[in-house]
Amino acid sequence: MFKGLIGKKIGMTQIFDENGAAIPVTLIEAGPCYVTQVRRPEKDGYTAVQLGFQEVSPKRLTGGQLGHLKKVGVPPLRYLREFRVKDPDVQEGDTVTVERFAVGERVDVTGTSKGRGFQGGVKRHGFGGGPKTHGQSDRWRAPGSRGAGSTPGRTMKGSRGPGHMGHARVTVMGLEVVLVDPERNLLAVKGGVPGPKGGLVLIREARKN
Amino acid sequence: MSAELLKAVAAPKNPNIPEIQPGDIVSVYLRIKEGNRERVQEFRGTVIRVRGGGNDATFTVRRIASHGIGVERTFLTRSPRIEKVTVHRHSKVRRARLYFLRERQGKKARLKEKFIRRDANQ
Repeated sequence: MFKGLIGKKIGMTQIFDENGAAIPVTLIEAGPCYVTQVRRPEKDGYTAVQLGFQEVSPKRLTGGQLGHLKKVGVPPLRYLREFRVKDPDVQEGDTVTVERFAVGERVDVTGTSKGRGFQGGVKRHGFGGGPKTHGQSDRWRAPGSRGAGSTPGRTMKGSRGPGHMGHARVTVMGLEVVLVDPERNLLAVKGGVPGPKGGLVLIREARKN
Repeated sequence: MSAELLKAVAAPKNPNIPEIQPGDIVSVYLRIKEGNRERVQEFRGTVIRVRGGGNDATFTVRRIASHGIGVERTFLTRSPRIEKVTVHRHSKVRRARLYFLRERQGKKARLKEKFIRRDANQ
């Protein structure tokens, strides 16, 4: 069965299990999503399911977007995302809700991590920095050497250094589903999820088990 | 919207936990599972910290165990493992976090009792 959802991160809290232990969970308001397109190998060269999430005023969308959604008979939607699946067993126009997920199942959650701006090597890559004492000055958080000497005489491509950190697509794998509330379109997964509160997240069946 | 969703999964408030303030001498009755037997254990001491946060609220109780060793325990206020909490007395304290008690022993670690008039809030 196709398992995928688009949702909004609500925030973290805790839920007590039947033994009274507190489980840290992230709440996600997920779905209802509409199947807006099914990609097929004959036409598109691959298989995937395109989902749409969050109804929006038609004024917010362009004519092309409205036509794309009108073709399959779904309301205007703010977000469209594709989920690669081998066997798309859903039809265009179908509704996908949290009921596709069950408590105890494992899921992968993809989000956009919080932007950290331009950060140094110590925060961004865990560099050790320089010595704090022994007569050193201005070297505590320095990145150190970027490479060898006159051979190769340049910095190797892809070497780690200071730069923009965060605001990247991040997936956390194998999170356990703790709660499914179809009435409120609510899903709770054990542990943290990338991104700020209110951030868009994609929920997929776990790739590894 | 999101705040309501957070509340939707919140555990119910325990009616057997009265309002707790820093400096209170309290007994916390905890349900403890031993194998398949359940019993209730009492933890009596001074409340040195009360942390809000609705569903995620906690409070910390400090007691002096045998040989004068201080033991602190933090409880989740909404935990179903707490059977009940009783307040034995209130103290006159001037701060919210009573961490200064950690460095004090014996007579110095006492707090002045505060008497709250019952009829004032009823």
